[in-house]
Amino acid sequence: MLADKDRIFTNVYGFQPWTLDAAIKRGDWDNTKDLMALGQDAIIDVIKASGLRGRGGAGFPTGMKWSFMPKESKDGRPSFLVINADESEPGSCKDREIIRHDPHKLIEGALIAGYAMRARAAYIYIRGEYIREAEVLFAAIAEAYDRGLIGKNACGSGYDFDVYCHRGAGAYICGEETAMLESLEGKKGQPRLKPPFPAGAGLYGCPTTVNNVESIAVAPTILRRGAEWFSSFGAEGNKGTKLFQISGHVNKPCVVEEAMSIPFRQLIEEHCGGIRGGWDNLLAVIPGGSSVPLVPAAEIMDCPMDFDGLKKVGSGLGTAAIIVMDKSTDIVRAISRLSYFYKHESCGQCTPCREGTGWMWRVMERMRTGDADISEIDTLYQVTKQVEGHTICALGDAAAWPIQGLIKHFRPEMERRINQKNGGAAPMMEAAE
Amino acid sequence: MADAPKIPDEAETRARWGDFAWTEENARKAKEVLSRYPENRKQSASIPLLDLAQRQVGADTQTQGWLPVPVIEYVARQIEVPYMRVYEVATFYTMFNMAPVGKYHVQVCGTTPCLLGGSDDVMAACKNKGLSKGHTTPDGLFTLTEVECLGACANAPMVQINDDNFEDLDYDRTTAILEALAEGKAVTPGSQTGRRDSCAIGGPTNLKEMVDDNHDYRGEWAS
Repeated sequence: MLADKDRIFTNVYGFQPWTLDAAIKRGDWDNTKDLMALGQDAIIDVIKASGLRGRGGAGFPTGMKWSFMPKESKDGRPSFLVINADESEPGSCKDREIIRHDPHKLIEGALIAGYAMRARAAYIYIRGEYIREAEVLFAAIAEAYDRGLIGKNACGSGYDFDVYCHRGAGAYICGEETAMLESLEGKKGQPRLKPPFPAGAGLYGCPTTVNNVESIAVAPTILRRGAEWFSSFGAEGNKGTKLFQISGHVNKPCVVEEAMSIPFRQLIEEHCGGIRGGWDNLLAVIPGGSSVPLVPAAEIMDCPMDFDGLKKVGSGLGTAAIIVMDKSTDIVRAISRLSYFYKHESCGQCTPCREGTGWMWRVMERMRTGDADISEIDTLYQVTKQVEGHTICALGDAAAWPIQGLIKHFRPEMERRINQKNGGAAPMMEAAE
Repeated sequence: MADAPKIPDEAETRARWGDFAWTEENARKAKEVLSRYPENRKQSASIPLLDLAQRQVGADTQTQGWLPVPVIEYVARQIEVPYMRVYEVATFYTMFNMAPVGKYHVQVCGTTPCLLGGSDDVMAACKNKGLSKGHTTPDGLFTLTEVECLGACANAPMVQINDDNFEDLDYDRTTAILEALAEGKAVTPGSQTGRRDSCAIGGPTNLKEMVDDNHDYRGEWAS
């Protein structure tokens, strides 16, 4: 088990107050001026050396992302840091814990990251449904301004940096970085075509970097303890500590910070009291939030929980939102419900996704009841392949992958339902809704 | 589109809301919202101002509020964009109500993590208390909506009622909350099993010093 002294989010359960004084006592805002005095390029080098990969799902190296920002503004455009707190991926609930219990780690991280990438302000985009969490964040930002930690001459460093909180209003797609920028500009959250990438033209057409809350909030601790400390956890290419969020059929669901690459079995045994009904009762696991394919019990049990380990079993770490399903689960319904989620959340911009997500959900519902033809499993699979990769953003892919995972691993179950229902006879074809 | 909201008649809406304007307090809040964005980027305030407007309508009607057309027009004028640019935002985001809702907006999460945790029971409890999806109860107290993942998955199943989350629910706990609200009694948000936020049931498996003391771990870093 990760030693408590090596945990970054020491107030993750909120036993202690989130306020500035309490956060300072835990070690936040400790001589931030000295950290900034390292210099902008040196900060980026430390983050690069730490091996930190973005915690929002894609796992892009954070230090490298920061280094894409222009070192000087040739045309007078300012740069912005946008922090993605639009945590909406089913299964994910880590940024919420950071914001409501350790908001100063995030605000300090915003200053340091913003300084390193030469941004003039940070916008923290928090999902609209996190109402109480946003109240804490607004209050924490106000505290930091009052003490001169952010704003003009932040922490006495001579650098001016503003931090603003912006509340969304309920749209999963705004977690996609360019949709988030659209939403921040006051528009519908529909993703933009790339290029131009945000580092060239992002918020208000200015160079922008979008980072996940966790990626930003860990930065000050990495600088304080050094890149070697952070990279001493986890397998090669998957360094650091990570907040895991375990939901579903474990005895004690929880959010917990652990070393990357911890084996699934160890994580569940040490922190979640084991699988409900024992390990023999485990059916499948969605290891990284709803967008990644499920992994059957036998393959996940001893799999290291990191980007590469989960890729090897045909899935991904995503946001490390682990959804555990035991043998009582109606697996087709569980995945069909995700299909409904994507149908609901499709922004409607690209035809394959707008039409495909609804189509896939309707077919999945028939698969659930068995009211389908065996050959339709292949048709469904083909349609997922036609949605995947043919949309501006990854929501189309995210809608396709859970179904592909289901067909890959649970095809016999789908066939069993169809055979039981109608002996395999084709049902009446219906026009699309 | 079977569960699309029934948008009220526009003439009636205009008569009731045509002279909508910020209250003194909300005018101050609106100014504060606008100060967060660059001077020439007022449109950025569309979502926060719609939210503020919906809350003001809610306060006026003793409900959770909604966005009548004249109110959307008012916000559009304030941020100096065409009505359509704000209307499309109001209809895009799920937290904006396009039709009136009740005093309590009961939003049951039905996405897979909550489904696995027993959201069917939560939904059944709501139905047995007379709530039905997409509708407001005749007494105007409750509007029931099934929503998508609200990001409290380690405390599934959950429901958001107005601004508060109620977590770790089951049939009986949901019923108890609805009954208390109907009787005007106080309810305690958060986990309904007495659990500390997303900490494992029965106490933390880690960071145990933090329970009683704001422990500073820096002294142990070197060891």
